[in-house]
Amino acid sequence: MRPILLQGHERSLTQIKFSHDGDLIFSTAKDQVACVWFYANGERLGTYHGHQGALWTVDVDATTTLLATGAADNTARLWDVKSGKCLKTWEFPTAVKRVEFSDDGTQLLAVTEKRMGYLGTIAVFDIKVDVEAEQSDTPRMTITCEESKATVAGWSYLGKYIIAGHEDGSISQYDSKTGEQLLNVLVHESDMQVNDLQWAPDRTYFISASKDKTAKLISARDLQILKTYPTDTPLNSACITPKKDFVILGGGQAAMDVTTTSSRQGKFEARFYHKVFEDEIGRVRGHFGPLNTVAVHPKGQGYASGGEDGYVRVHHFDKPYFDFMYEVEREHARR
Amino acid sequence: MAPSFQDLPPEEEHYDEDEDIDFSDLREQYEVRLEEGLDAFIVIDGLPVVPEESKSKLIKFLLRKLNTVGKTREDAIFMPLNDQKKSEGFAFVEYETPEQAIAAARALHGVPLDKKHTMLVNKLTDIDRYGREGRVDEEYKPPVIEPFVEKEHLRWWLGDPHARDQFAIYRGDNVGVYLNRKKEAPENIVDRQHWTESFVQWSPQGTYLISVHAQGVQLWAGPNWTRQKRFAHPFVNLVDFSPNENYLVTWSHRPIHVDEGHPVLSMEEDGKNYIIWDVATGKALRSFQTIDLPGPAVDEAGNPVKKKIQWPAFKWSADDKYVARMTQGQSISIYELPRMNLLDKTSIKIDGVMDFEWAPATPQRDGIKNYEQLFCYWTPEIGSNPAKVGLMSIPSKEIVRTRNLFNVSDAKLHWQSQSKYVCVKVDRHSKSKKSLATNLEIFRVKEKGVPVEVVDSIKDTVINFAWEPKGDRFVLITTAEVLANTAVPPKTSVSFFCPEKVKGQAIGNFKHIRTIEKKNSNAIYWSPKGRFVVVATVHSQQSFELDFWDLDYEGEKPESEKDLTANLQLMATADHYGVTDVEWDPTGRYVVTSASIWKHAVENGYHIYDFKGTQLREEHVERLKQIVWRPRPPTLLTKEEQKQIRKNLREYSKIFEEEDQYELDSANFAIVEHRRRILDEWLAWRASVEEELRADRKEEGLPETPKEDAADADADAGEGAFVEEIVEEIIDETEEIVS
Repeated sequence: MRPILLQGHERSLTQIKFSHDGDLIFSTAKDQVACVWFYANGERLGTYHGHQGALWTVDVDATTTLLATGAADNTARLWDVKSGKCLKTWEFPTAVKRVEFSDDGTQLLAVTEKRMGYLGTIAVFDIKVDVEAEQSDTPRMTITCEESKATVAGWSYLGKYIIAGHEDGSISQYDSKTGEQLLNVLVHESDMQVNDLQWAPDRTYFISASKDKTAKLISARDLQILKTYPTDTPLNSACITPKKDFVILGGGQAAMDVTTTSSRQGKFEARFYHKVFEDEIGRVRGHFGPLNTVAVHPKGQGYASGGEDGYVRVHHFDKPYFDFMYEVEREHARR
Repeated sequence: MAPSFQDLPPEEEHYDEDEDIDFSDLREQYEVRLEEGLDAFIVIDGLPVVPEESKSKLIKFLLRKLNTVGKTREDAIFMPLNDQKKSEGFAFVEYETPEQAIAAARALHGVPLDKKHTMLVNKLTDIDRYGREGRVDEEYKPPVIEPFVEKEHLRWWLGDPHARDQFAIYRGDNVGVYLNRKKEAPENIVDRQHWTESFVQWSPQGTYLISVHAQGVQLWAGPNWTRQKRFAHPFVNLVDFSPNENYLVTWSHRPIHVDEGHPVLSMEEDGKNYIIWDVATGKALRSFQTIDLPGPAVDEAGNPVKKKIQWPAFKWSADDKYVARMTQGQSISIYELPRMNLLDKTSIKIDGVMDFEWAPATPQRDGIKNYEQLFCYWTPEIGSNPAKVGLMSIPSKEIVRTRNLFNVSDAKLHWQSQSKYVCVKVDRHSKSKKSLATNLEIFRVKEKGVPVEVVDSIKDTVINFAWEPKGDRFVLITTAEVLANTAVPPKTSVSFFCPEKVKGQAIGNFKHIRTIEKKNSNAIYWSPKGRFVVVATVHSQQSFELDFWDLDYEGEKPESEKDLTANLQLMATADHYGVTDVEWDPTGRYVVTSASIWKHAVENGYHIYDFKGTQLREEHVERLKQIVWRPRPPTLLTKEEQKQIRKNLREYSKIFEEEDQYELDSANFAIVEHRRRILDEWLAWRASVEEELRADRKEEGLPETPKEDAADADADAGEGAFVEEIVEEIIDETEEIVS
């Protein structure tokens, strides 16, 4: 199927999220407005107005009731998905770079930037998954990143750990109850920032994308590197596809170098790798700027990518995508 | 293992930084003056013994010689007399400066005075240093001869059972040598960091790998890649081998500065740019200064003109016996090896000579028994004399053939690889000098009297020309008038030529086969075995085409070309984005195209094609600088043996196909096995993680599988989801004012 081009943002995309059912796509860009779209036809359902700065991040809870966003105006906000009403605003001393709900939706983490004498932190809030309820004003817990600021973070299975990716290329595991750092492993090249961290459906392992041109599949319980996907370009985003054992990587030459090169040289393609065999399977062209974010449909039916060029491209997978199998996989399926 | 120069004195290490700055004025001002006094003295020995009366006569005679290199006076020559009032046969001379003394020792040592006497000139300080009592052993001690150490087999790589070829890759700071394995990743043989400082090069028969350093060049060979030889030429820029790997020429843009006591270089090399080395002994044979091309040293604005250097300036004859250098516009100097003496003690005067080229193989000429080396040269129009192309035979210096040409603006000399022909590509201007046209003057060197055939059907300017190696055909690229200051280079045309079919052994006249117009091609790469040719577009911003042509296509031949000795067919067209270099492997089986970071930083890497233009491999190599095939020496098989092989080709190819198939099967098998193992490992890991997850869920009091997942499983079992879309379309809108 032809990709659907979502032309609603005026500036470069920062994050895309699918709703748990896969019918809606939430997107944020540097233009201060979060959008929600229908996955099926790309029609815009609505927008969330209120932020005063570039939006960096978005997440939606598993029941598609609440939406969380983080922005450069030093706030994180909670919205009613249905009405678009802002339910809660949390103020921080610095910009909010990443928000994520735990898998049951009762907790929310927010990663804040290190700036103006403030260290980077990960703040954890208790959330009541109810539009009417009064949300708490202060975080339940704040993890301060002394060594290297966190750039991305997420909840592991059952909200057991908080996993954070750092500016120095390392990944940390924190106890989500106490905030104690359990592990810190340098998985990427030193000083090559971790740009994205996305989960497998059961949140037992995740993929990290880094400036060092590789994406790595890492186990949540012991931060063991399971797989490595090397590419020839800095990576901004990576996700793991359900149904098929693939991963999708997105990146491209840094935005500041782009004007001097053609789209061919910029490597603005979504790359598909086989999750287990680490082979590159294919590339999808279309963007004319680096890919800032990729997100996959929770049932593995399609994916969406958002670029520095300000467009979201929604792809629905066709039959050959599902039919493709390695000989050994087929062998295994027959067994 | 990094190459080292530990035995050599550390030269100025960081020369890069001050390379472009002229320090000579400062140096002059602050240079430490050599100790005044004895440094300006020389000792002359070997003089005739004369009585006191004739002493002044002898001194006067000597002065004439001595003043040719420096300044000295009669009273600065001291010739002691013995008891019999006779001279002792030696004299002390004081020069004005120590430099003059050095020059005198260098120039006058060994100069004969008359039939019986030869001057022996040494610096006084040297005699003091080396000849003082105790410095010379009274007893003769035979020199210690190093025990014989067997060298590694230098041609080991030819013994590869599958006859695979090697290539060297220089990327980043590493140099690696690899075995070509077609579609598979090449097998690494050796990889060293900082193996070279500027580039790598193979010797012409592939024996040595040359690395280039600030201190000089090194040769590496053998299965362990050990250092075979080292040639200390400080700040060397370029290296050239003689065709049979016996000699080496090194060149540096800055004159060599030799300090006294340098372990390898002598004062002989001081101030020189070129050194010619004997590869076997590692000794410098002779050194030369660069001859600047005639032309103004400064341009109109007064800025110094960057002189282009001619490379190679020293050109080798095919048999390594002669090396020649041209002084543009004047003469060609031919040196005989291994002594490096000027042939017949004089340069060959050729007025106005612009360029010359040796025959690449010893030419075999009809009616000539003793095959001599041959070179071709050309001179432009001088006054009313026409331009000339000549062929000269060496060592007899006999002019074999000349041809007069008119209205010549430029000429290029192209030898065929077996020296059967030399084609002189003549760019001619019209009388008004406004338009250019190209003529090809083809000298048939093998035939009696060296007949010349002229191809003058070409209207445009020829920008590239190439003979088929070991063949009679050629390809050329022409372009229409080049407009200055246009971003897009003009379109080019590619033309193919071959001899006509004639009865018997003779070779017919050259005929045009076909011209392909509206191309961007600018480079021609013939297979080293002939027949196949790649016409490519390199160093271009817009086009990256590689056309693979076959000149002996086995299919049907067009009726119009039935009298020609070629059947032209385009086999394939490939595209390599940003291609900068194209090279055939020495066997003519593969072509490697590369994009080097020396030219641009975009998509550096290489492609390997087979001779038909099928892409076998594509690899992205970060910071790729060079990829060069290792050449092979000429085959050792006799003509009969080669014929035999060609006859039984079918049987051999059967074996090769089996081998290929076997390799493919085993490789596939290995991959499948590997994948199976990886998949099993993955599934095992998943099982263990899922088990743990289930246990954790139980502990938390949650159901074993999440609710939604269970629901999803149900939904998936059904028909899938329906999406209802309501499309509202406004067909018409009218406005009515109700009063």
